Amino acid sequence: MEFITDLLLIFVASVLVNNFVLSRFLGICPFLGVSKQVETAFSMGMATTFVMALTAMSAYLIQNFILEPLNLIFLQYVAFILVIASLVQLVEMFVKKASPVLYKALGIFLPLITTNCAILGLALLIPMKGYGFIQSTIFGIGAGVGFTLAIVLMAGIRETLQFADVPEAVKGVPIALIIAGLMAMAFMGFSGLIPM
Amino acid sequence: MSHGRDFVNGLWNENPVFRLVLGMCPTLAVTNAGINGLAMGLATSFVLIFSEIIISLAKKIIPSKVRIPSYIIVIATFVTIADYVLKAFFPDIAEVLGLFIPLIVVNCLILGRSEAFASKQPVSNSIMDAFGMGLGFTWALTFLGIIREVIGMGTFFGLSIPFFTTWWKPWTIMVLPAGAFLTLGILLALMNHLTREK
Repeated sequence: MEFITDLLLIFVASVLVNNFVLSRFLGICPFLGVSKQVETAFSMGMATTFVMALTAMSAYLIQNFILEPLNLIFLQYVAFILVIASLVQLVEMFVKKASPVLYKALGIFLPLITTNCAILGLALLIPMKGYGFIQSTIFGIGAGVGFTLAIVLMAGIRETLQFADVPEAVKGVPIALIIAGLMAMAFMGFSGLIPM
Repeated sequence: MSHGRDFVNGLWNENPVFRLVLGMCPTLAVTNAGINGLAMGLATSFVLIFSEIIISLAKKIIPSKVRIPSYIIVIATFVTIADYVLKAFFPDIAEVLGLFIPLIVVNCLILGRSEAFASKQPVSNSIMDAFGMGLGFTWALTFLGIIREVIGMGTFFGLSIPFFTTWWKPWTIMVLPAGAFLTLGILLALMNHLTREK
């Protein structure tokens, strides 16, 4: 029972309290770049969540069964980024074969995920936190859901904003950053949710 | 191709933070104090300069099909070096920057300049470009860090400012994540406004 409570805490913490985008500053590029429409934002979020779950699992396995036993910790960054790049490629090939419809929806976003720093950040956080295999997986899924939540909320606000009278100089990135700032303030309200 | 122009380019006209809007994650994450912004800028510049040199030298050997993975491996190698050097000589700064040192690997500024500049230009131009971009990134981060530190904590590079520090009531929000987004958003808007009128 305690184990399940623990997992639930990890999940809620990574979705709301330590949201990857709004409080850890990871994945800002897609957050600003792919948040003009709710639908595409949601697809991006789903693709990222999927890759994050896989990354979390592989990061745990590589760290504990390859890097640490062989004393190769100094290769950690190179190893993780290579695994992420090949993982993304693999997912892309698999999705293309298995479900062309899904591939059409996610297609263009998949290559972009390799350079999303939220993914590498997640991989690096796992050994730092000392999570086990199942906890790592839940952490990865939670991080992905948190990313999806932030990017979809942002897209929703930006869609409505198209009809608003925004001053010329603030249009585009500046207004997106200001909205993100307000959202970050709102998410700070969640910080009391879990005793750290 | 003038070397001077390649250098100056990164400082203002194509400033990575204010103009190209590249490398946003570290820009927002580590600029809660002037010194952190400066350290992050210098670490990124180090990686940028050496990666651009190697990539520019090796551009004829790298097959174009696998160029992106090759660039990433070059970058990751230099990031590992920077990380170990910082941990050995400046443990305090390494602690504060934490996760964002390894994340230089996926800083789109470095991959972007490697792909757009170093892979096409001779070494000497690439070095100038890397210095310009690195310096442009560093000043932008330091500037942001100073603004947030002065308003958020009332200090300047950790030192108290005469008359100001005791009198000023710090806006804690500025050193928190929300303040990072707001400061950069307002700065970018200001920049757009000033350059548009010219």
